[in-house]
Amino acid sequence: MEFDPVLLARLQFAFTIIFHIIFPSFTIGLSAYIATLGVLWLKSGEERFQLLMRFWVKIFAVSFAMGVVSGIVLSYQFGTNWSRFSVATGNVLGPLLGYEVLTAFFLEATFLGILLFGFSKVPRWLYVLSATVVAIGTMISAFWILAANSWMQTPAGHEWKDGIAYPLDWLRIVFNPSFPYRFAHMLNAAYLTTAFVVIAVGARFLVAERHIAEGRTMLRMGIGLAAILAPLQLVIGDQHGLNTLKHQPIKVAAMEAHWEGSKPADFHIFAWPDEKAGTNRYELSIPKGASLILTHKMNGLFPGLLSVAAKDRPPVTTVFFAFRIMLAVGFFMIGAALLGAFFWWRGSLFETRWYLRAMAHSWWIGFVAVIAGWVVTESGRQPWIVYGVMRTADATSPVPGATIAGTLALFIVAYGIVFSFGIYYMNRLIAKGPDLGPDAVKEKSEPAGISPIASTKDAGQGIV
Amino acid sequence: MEWYLPLIWAGVIGVAVAMYVVMDGFDLGIGILFPFARNETERDQMMRSIAPFWDGNETWLVLGGAGLFVAFPRAYAVIMPAFYLPVIVMLVALVFRGVAFEFRIVSHSKSGWSWAFVVGSTLAAFAQGVILGGMIQGIKVENGAYAGGPYDWATPFGLLCGLALIAGYGLLGATWLVMKTEGAIAVRARRQSKVFLVAVLVFMAAVSLWTPLAEARIAERWFSLPNFYYLWPVPSVTALVALGCWYGIKKERDAPPFLAAIALFMLGYLGLVISNFPYLVPPTLTVWDTAAAPSSQIFMLVGTLLLLPFVLGYIVLVYWLFRGKVREGESYH
Repeated sequence: MEFDPVLLARLQFAFTIIFHIIFPSFTIGLSAYIATLGVLWLKSGEERFQLLMRFWVKIFAVSFAMGVVSGIVLSYQFGTNWSRFSVATGNVLGPLLGYEVLTAFFLEATFLGILLFGFSKVPRWLYVLSATVVAIGTMISAFWILAANSWMQTPAGHEWKDGIAYPLDWLRIVFNPSFPYRFAHMLNAAYLTTAFVVIAVGARFLVAERHIAEGRTMLRMGIGLAAILAPLQLVIGDQHGLNTLKHQPIKVAAMEAHWEGSKPADFHIFAWPDEKAGTNRYELSIPKGASLILTHKMNGLFPGLLSVAAKDRPPVTTVFFAFRIMLAVGFFMIGAALLGAFFWWRGSLFETRWYLRAMAHSWWIGFVAVIAGWVVTESGRQPWIVYGVMRTADATSPVPGATIAGTLALFIVAYGIVFSFGIYYMNRLIAKGPDLGPDAVKEKSEPAGISPIASTKDAGQGIV
Repeated sequence: MEWYLPLIWAGVIGVAVAMYVVMDGFDLGIGILFPFARNETERDQMMRSIAPFWDGNETWLVLGGAGLFVAFPRAYAVIMPAFYLPVIVMLVALVFRGVAFEFRIVSHSKSGWSWAFVVGSTLAAFAQGVILGGMIQGIKVENGAYAGGPYDWATPFGLLCGLALIAGYGLLGATWLVMKTEGAIAVRARRQSKVFLVAVLVFMAAVSLWTPLAEARIAERWFSLPNFYYLWPVPSVTALVALGCWYGIKKERDAPPFLAAIALFMLGYLGLVISNFPYLVPPTLTVWDTAAAPSSQIFMLVGTLLLLPFVLGYIVLVYWLFRGKVREGESYH
């Protein structure tokens, strides 16, 4: 069997990075939520905030551990899988990653120690401050890694000499043209993803009629946040799309499966892109819809896929469908959040059982959007590793395909085990609920007539 | 500037690697000692002694990797493909031991993740030793890129170095337990410290004899005159420190054995630096051959000098907050 090292290196990296991104998109949001609960606890002195904070810290610990270990893998894979890319871009990207380690990783890792083990050792204010520092650390980390990623999409502030990038202007490198949009889009996505997990857990407790007070608090906080952030994400996404059209028009053409640049583009609700023939099959479209969205004019024109040679096009089918999945989830989130806000306003949020049941099952929805979004932007960058300058095929390491295939299999098995147990344990911690053992102040809200065992079982069905 | 910047950066990365080896060394060592604990309650106590620190400790590994990418991208691009398999095995091993900290607490039976912790820690230590051994033996480079095969690292010397690092981390872990625990674990750790100390000295002697015999450039470095006059204190001080470590264990002192074990590591490390400097990729690429553009090195150096004091400051804060011994039966969370 013939192994293609480029394809395998890409598959291995795609697998490890998709696995990794699940955890930061949760921990960025969750650390901010934990810090918020901590501040509310300090200000109000209400025990339900303490209970909730310490409940989520336990879940955070499991998720953060998986994020850390899968992140270390990535910092070495630049070298193991993409050594020629590392040589070509090390002058520019190296310092961005270096700053991430120094400004974010040490901060998060060190204060995490206090967050996980310091509750009975440090004063309250220092404990809440540690939670806030961890939350800020995750945000700073996102800042640097998205700066590096955006530079690969829209490189700026450097010059090329003999195939190697040399920095000219660090501000332009960091704040390259697509960075502000991508950073806002990703950070908002992380908060939104977490909001839906918090909503789901709150709804799950209400459906199971356990931890009613905490469940209501979570539901209100989650829906309040999502009702603002979900529509905001549509606006940010639109702006990001316009920015992509300006700098990477062929990526946008792939997202819309738009082949002929000389005609206005329809918005395809469904289509099957035929990459060989350079056209779509089975189209179901809104006429001129894509032109209207992207140029804000009915007959507006933007470049089509046929304007570049086939070897310079991204994999259209992947980008096209991933974009549709992201859009569908996005609109679901807007609808669910606004509907929840409407029930809340009418005063029937906690009694609308079908809504609570639906939300209890929707904890995973944000993760799908995040992964789909990354597939759009990274597959859409192909065949380039640094857009327009360096091809992915020229970036690989001198490592035989069989070696990469073997380690890919190793990663799949290892991550499969870790992921399955991680989800199982997190679900069990959630099913246990915010009840923190002997050293916490208890405030039982268990309604009479429901045995804890039966209700745990019931709640267990909410998530898995 | 193009002469001394790479030297400064070699120093910075040298310090980061040294910090990593010592700090993650003792917590990997706990994993290596895990099988000898009597039960899961003892293992809880052992893990409790490192749990608030391990994540910060492992961050030095990321700094080492990122630092190499920042300051010496051409070395990073040769070393990583050359040690592709050991690097990936190390990373996957670290995945299992890292999640074991949290998974062990929330799982029904602790023993499964205890074993993941043992195997992950030991395998990571072994892989790091293999990589070190491969570096000393030299990497095949053509036109600035790795030109060897996927198994070049698999040599008797590489495997010897893998075992040596297991012994070394075991010593750091055992002396850490002497310092940070009490009761049955501390008593056992004192015995283990002696065993690992002897093993470390044997391995150090083996590496010190093997390398000058196998590599002419290393023999030349140590035994030519006048180098020999300047370098003979290194092995002598090493012997003294080893004696001090033994004495500290025997006298049942708390901190001295751990500090002596760190000193022993630093001396071994110094020996390797003396043997190989100025090569970053022995025997072909020096720190100057592989350096990043000066403007990149300066940009990052400014940040490092400004930020590292803060980093060290809050690391000290956390070690201070969790000072003192972990008592018997004291568990987690």
